Amino acid sequence: MRLSTRKILDQTFTGIGGLATALLIISLLIVLGPIIVRGMGAIVFRETIERRVLFLEHFGRGNSETVEAERQRALRARQPIYDAIKEFEAGIIVKPLEEAAKQSYREFKEELREKGVYGSEGSEKLIETAKSVRDDFIAAVRLEDNEEARQLTQALIESPHRELLAGTAMDGVFRMAGDYLKTIETVDLSRRSAYTASLLELKDLIRQLLGPFPDDPRPILVRDQYGETRWDRARLVAHELLYKETYAEADSSGMRQGIEVPRVEQFRGTPVEPIFGMVESNLGEMMLPRLTFYWRFITDDSIDAHFFGGIWPSVLGTLYLALFAMLFAIPLGVAAAVYLAEYARGTPLIRIIRSCIDTLAAVPSIVFGLFGLAFFINVIGVSDSKSVLAGGLTLALLILPIIIRASEEAIHAVPSAYREASLALGASKGKCVLSVVLPAALPGILTGVIISLGRAAGETAPIIFTAAVSVGLPLRAWETLSKPSPVLPWTIYNLATEHQLVDQIRHVQYGMVLTLVVIVLLLNATAILLRARIAGRLRS
Amino acid sequence: MAETITKAQTKTAGPLEGTSAHHGMVAPGEAAFAQEQLREAFGADEQNRREVAVQAKDFSVWYATNEAVKKVTLDFKERFVTAIIGPSGCGKSTLLRAINRMNDLIPGCHVTGELLVDSRNIYSPGIDVVALRRAVGMVFQQPNVFPKTIFDNVAYGPRLQGGLSRAALSDLVETSLRRAALWDEVKDRLRGSALSLSGGQQQRLCIARALAVGPEVVLMDEPASALDPQSTARIEALIDELRKEYTIIIVTHNMQQAARISDFTAFLYEGRLIEYGATKQVFTNPVQRQTEDYITGRFG
Repeated sequence: MRLSTRKILDQTFTGIGGLATALLIISLLIVLGPIIVRGMGAIVFRETIERRVLFLEHFGRGNSETVEAERQRALRARQPIYDAIKEFEAGIIVKPLEEAAKQSYREFKEELREKGVYGSEGSEKLIETAKSVRDDFIAAVRLEDNEEARQLTQALIESPHRELLAGTAMDGVFRMAGDYLKTIETVDLSRRSAYTASLLELKDLIRQLLGPFPDDPRPILVRDQYGETRWDRARLVAHELLYKETYAEADSSGMRQGIEVPRVEQFRGTPVEPIFGMVESNLGEMMLPRLTFYWRFITDDSIDAHFFGGIWPSVLGTLYLALFAMLFAIPLGVAAAVYLAEYARGTPLIRIIRSCIDTLAAVPSIVFGLFGLAFFINVIGVSDSKSVLAGGLTLALLILPIIIRASEEAIHAVPSAYREASLALGASKGKCVLSVVLPAALPGILTGVIISLGRAAGETAPIIFTAAVSVGLPLRAWETLSKPSPVLPWTIYNLATEHQLVDQIRHVQYGMVLTLVVIVLLLNATAILLRARIAGRLRS
Repeated sequence: MAETITKAQTKTAGPLEGTSAHHGMVAPGEAAFAQEQLREAFGADEQNRREVAVQAKDFSVWYATNEAVKKVTLDFKERFVTAIIGPSGCGKSTLLRAINRMNDLIPGCHVTGELLVDSRNIYSPGIDVVALRRAVGMVFQQPNVFPKTIFDNVAYGPRLQGGLSRAALSDLVETSLRRAALWDEVKDRLRGSALSLSGGQQQRLCIARALAVGPEVVLMDEPASALDPQSTARIEALIDELRKEYTIIIVTHNMQQAARISDFTAFLYEGRLIEYGATKQVFTNPVQRQTEDYITGRFG
């Protein structure tokens, strides 16, 4: 071959090698980049006043006075919204008015009874009058024609009954009638039914954004007790509040395109109309966003199924599981490798054992999960039900072949000169293995441990049946023997597939993914450093 | 069993005069001649004090069905340097490694005949191989220091036996390193890695390590073949020192080296012992034709 040809070939190989490395790095960046960027969103973000209130109430963090002051400030900014809604609602949702009128009537009768005039001839007339006032008011609020309603209400207010019933509970009805008269001026009653649905939708969005209305009863679920805790989420909800997404008529292709219609169109000319302007221009004052660094995302318990708070139970569960798996797999695996590499002869039985180990490495992980459930929990009964212990044992089985194989290779790679030197100095076989072979093989064994550790921490299928639950508290060390725990891989899967409102907590999911990746990377980095140190110590 | 092979053991092997006639020679015809050579070399009185450290009687080593060492009968004298020479594959390393049973590591390897160390057949059942290997140390072709500190390398053997105080261990390490003529070079970095030493230093460390166990016999398998001439010279000087206290059996490819450092030379060819005698005689006046051919470089 000519020199120039050889050079070209040489360079080609170098180029291909470089290209492959570059591709690897790029794909790593493409995979890791978004995980890191989005995952960091769970830790560094702009929080709203809602989150500060939440953290004060649930973790006791933050200065209660300043938080209260901020809450009041936000409330002042929100108050016009609440007022507008209330005003509008009075004309739209009349059921409460009807109820109030009926209540006043009942109270009125009660008053009569207390005075002891109930049943007298005069009282019957009074009752008759009150009843007609009540019915007129209810009829008035039920009317869907503004003019008719106005006339009826006006007539009610101006009727002589008002004089007659003055000073009784029925005053309330007249007062409501007065208010309703004002409401009629601003609300198109004929569109009442159309408004009702829109208003309910709007109120839900406002609850989602700002939390419950001041006069709402306190919701049961924590997620409903607070508005958006994150500024990015608040902006999204605000956008949703400002623009309603509908679908355009199908075009020629048959596809329907989503278009955004300003929601304000539905409320033109009503008291609610200015709300949209307020939300658009004054959202910051309502939410008081502030940049925060939530490093305790890793170490906080989750609140209300990952809606708020951190992921500590899952992180801890992952660490426990990896620890258990290592605890069982390393001694067993290394012992097996020592036996196979140093003691076993090439008998048929040993060959069968070896191929069994290789086969074990190829078994799908879900099968390990089922086996763990069937064997460790049902047959042996290490725990009554799922437990971290059972999961750790299952994972140990899963990674056992990796550790055995890597350790065996490492032991084989130890120069036989070491063994000879050790034996020639009067070491027994066992002493030789312990004092010379294993230390020399340690870097290689650690490589196997590194690989399997990552596998154990990230594996999902084997723990579904044996160890993982979706939501739970962080376990104490002794509880791992009998209790299941949330575990990162499973929680990630569970959030992505089964959480009711996963769209609202994507950041938690990304945060979990990032944490898992970081845990695995950290474990690996530690092991790699350890390995480098040991190898370095061995070398010089 | 550890006591079965120690220096305290009474040595029952007969004087050189008595044994060499039967085992020292291959061709019975030359027995008288070799005996005479020995007398010439050391004088009759001295010979009587010399005893046999290792004795092979019709000793064969088999790798499965292949007889690598064939019925070798030969005495290794106590506190002498005996060189085993011969072309590659002649079985000299196999014979050497048989003396501390390192061949046990090779599957399918077995022996026939007898190999006596301190007049005990080391292949008889009930022999403690660990004790044997403490009595018969070995230095290999490649310096095979452990990836540990210099101190730990030397202390490895004594630590296996245990029972030494920290101070006693330090003393033993120093003594061993001094004997191996390495002390002055490494005394300031005993805690440094043994792998940071040069090849020659590593080999002397291996010797120190072997001496620290307190052997009677030191086997050396081409100890200088991987070293440069300067290091080789130091090793040879060291061997010259050690012959006062140890029985040394050395395998070498280097004729000059064998001639320089050994008192006796055994020539092996195709597993058979062709000639055995005082080095001076073997190199200047070999009895066998094959020996002469080999020494003069006609083959091998």
